[in-house]
Amino acid sequence: MSQPIITVENLGKSYLIRHQQRDRYLSLRDELVKAVRTSWYGLRYPDKRQRQTTHEEFWALKNISFDIKAGERIGVVGRNGAGKSTLLKILSRITEPSLGRIGIRGRVASLLEVGTGFHPELTGRENIFLNGAILGMERSEILRKFSEIVEFSEVEKFLDTPVKHYSSGMYVRLAFAVAAHLEPEILIVDEVLAVGDASFQKKCIGKMRDVASGEGRTILFVSHNMTAISALCPRSIYLKNGQILLDSRTADVVTYYQTENCSQISSQVDLTNAKRTGSGKVQFTSVTIKPVDVQKDGELTLYSGEDIEITVSLLSKIDIAGVNIALIIYDYSGYRLIDVNNALKGFFIEFKESKRKDIVFKLISPLLKSGSYLLGLWAGKGGTETIDQVEYACSFTINKRHNETVHVEEFPGTYCCEFLVKESS
Amino acid sequence: MIRETPEEAPYELIIEAGRSSKEYWRDLWRYRELFYFLSWRDILVRYKQTVIGIGWALIRPLLTMIVFTIVFGSIAKLPSEGIPYPIWVFSGLLPWQLFSTSLSECSNSLINNSNLLSKVYFPRLIVPASAVVVCFIDFLIAIAIFLGLMIFYNFIPSWKIIFLPPLTALTCFASLGAGLWLAALNVKYRDFRYVVPFIVQLGLYISPIGFSSNVVPEQWRLLYSINPIVGVIDGFRWAITGSEANIYLPGFALSLLFSSIVTYTGLLYFRAVEKTLADFI
Repeated sequence: MSQPIITVENLGKSYLIRHQQRDRYLSLRDELVKAVRTSWYGLRYPDKRQRQTTHEEFWALKNISFDIKAGERIGVVGRNGAGKSTLLKILSRITEPSLGRIGIRGRVASLLEVGTGFHPELTGRENIFLNGAILGMERSEILRKFSEIVEFSEVEKFLDTPVKHYSSGMYVRLAFAVAAHLEPEILIVDEVLAVGDASFQKKCIGKMRDVASGEGRTILFVSHNMTAISALCPRSIYLKNGQILLDSRTADVVTYYQTENCSQISSQVDLTNAKRTGSGKVQFTSVTIKPVDVQKDGELTLYSGEDIEITVSLLSKIDIAGVNIALIIYDYSGYRLIDVNNALKGFFIEFKESKRKDIVFKLISPLLKSGSYLLGLWAGKGGTETIDQVEYACSFTINKRHNETVHVEEFPGTYCCEFLVKESS
Repeated sequence: MIRETPEEAPYELIIEAGRSSKEYWRDLWRYRELFYFLSWRDILVRYKQTVIGIGWALIRPLLTMIVFTIVFGSIAKLPSEGIPYPIWVFSGLLPWQLFSTSLSECSNSLINNSNLLSKVYFPRLIVPASAVVVCFIDFLIAIAIFLGLMIFYNFIPSWKIIFLPPLTALTCFASLGAGLWLAALNVKYRDFRYVVPFIVQLGLYISPIGFSSNVVPEQWRLLYSINPIVGVIDGFRWAITGSEANIYLPGFALSLLFSSIVTYTGLLYFRAVEKTLADFI
């Protein structure tokens, strides 16, 4: 099927922000007073009338256009207030757009919250039916899937207990179980995986992937959890300030998202203005990442499995001894892969006031797969005191040698290994 | 423009600013089960964690009836055309209770379900409509009391009692119409949260519940009938007691007309603001 299941064209949503209005509820009195005041003002100063406007237009979304094909799983990422939820609300018809058009082929079910409409006084069984109906299931459909839902939720024993007595984990499991058994052509999901314990989260992601790949369902998934997005969605959209900044492969989008606030490594990254925490007695001033064996032409490309040299420069404001410096390497979803420091080797560093020191870390053949990684820096004392910390100092890319690019498809994971084939008789 | 080449299947749904979906009434039908479930939820939950439970549905009209009988019948000695005063009061109280509870439940329904409105799509009309259904259940319980009362007083209603169902439908219709207005306004202007109890309280006194609408002077009677509930209450009393004196046809027609207008405009207004309710709630 080549025709898009969702077409979004030039979508925009504006809200009026009232500057005078302090509380969120409008009151009729205020409206009346304002109407009288405006018209009185307008009568007296007909030409100055526009000065009375207290509204400001705010575009939560602007110029949003994209196509989604049937069976695609799309991640939507962006910081708070980027317009992700507004986009989902418009797509699921909770509110209407101010501009633009959306064409949809198929039934849409949205899951913007886990357990929407759950009533605390009702039992688990009753809530399954209620929630199912709210999500757009028919009674026959719920009846058919009832045992499956109960099994998935793992709350059989408490099915006839009012959900107000449930633990929050049980509540969420039951709620997700109902939602996971929806059968729309298009499923819109917002942040619901931010709940439940790790094993249940894994189960949810697994379920959602099954749903999408096995049954050809289209999924739009918003999350701040880059790992979940990477695991579930091959393609992602990055929203910023209500606009699409990037619409591409998830790995690229997530890397972009993570590294937007830190500079790509060139030869040396200046850290004097970096976002940092700590007492600041000693501060990182710059960092350099390069291969140990610099090529003849001075090329600074890093390759998988080859030695890397990372040099950090620090400037001290006081005399201090016993300092421990740590390097942390994260993958693009924020997982800590490598954490090395000099204290591991029983080695500490001494600083003199107003003196600069360079520390060189040599990572011997780190078998990191090709891809983007983030570097974090930490300086401390005694393991507890943080002197200076730059959480994301810079990002760097590991490339693969041309002779290794036989297999083109990328699988998730960060480690690669050497191979040996042994013939046995 | 959305490209729609002939070989492509047309979009099942187009979302656009200001576009009133042709699907609306079909959607309403598709979501009929939600309507059923919401009513069912409200009925189940209504008297949960109360000691006497459904007893409240019995006690409230019963107590009101007793108070009215004492105040208007025994103390003020208003005429009841030879009918036992409790039955007289109750026949007015029945539609009034239905109307007033539906009206207040309706007008708060959207706010009470704000978590639903901001998270899921469904035709919003379902919410106030299901609120009316819940009140209708209370009404049925009140009817049961009324039957008991008629047996107690050995009172045989006239054949006109067959008009009770259409009159009841009319009451629901009128309260839904006004309720739609108030529900939609309430989302935007929370003032109506305070206005509605006031309307209900005032209505109890200006509507002919404790007294007969015959006490209203003839020249004011048409004006009095603008109150849409007057026609309904008179109709109820006429249907139950069978006394010709109660029904005042021009007034009844006016009540009917007025409630039709309110319901029609209420529906229009509700539909107009429905799509952006989630932005205000």
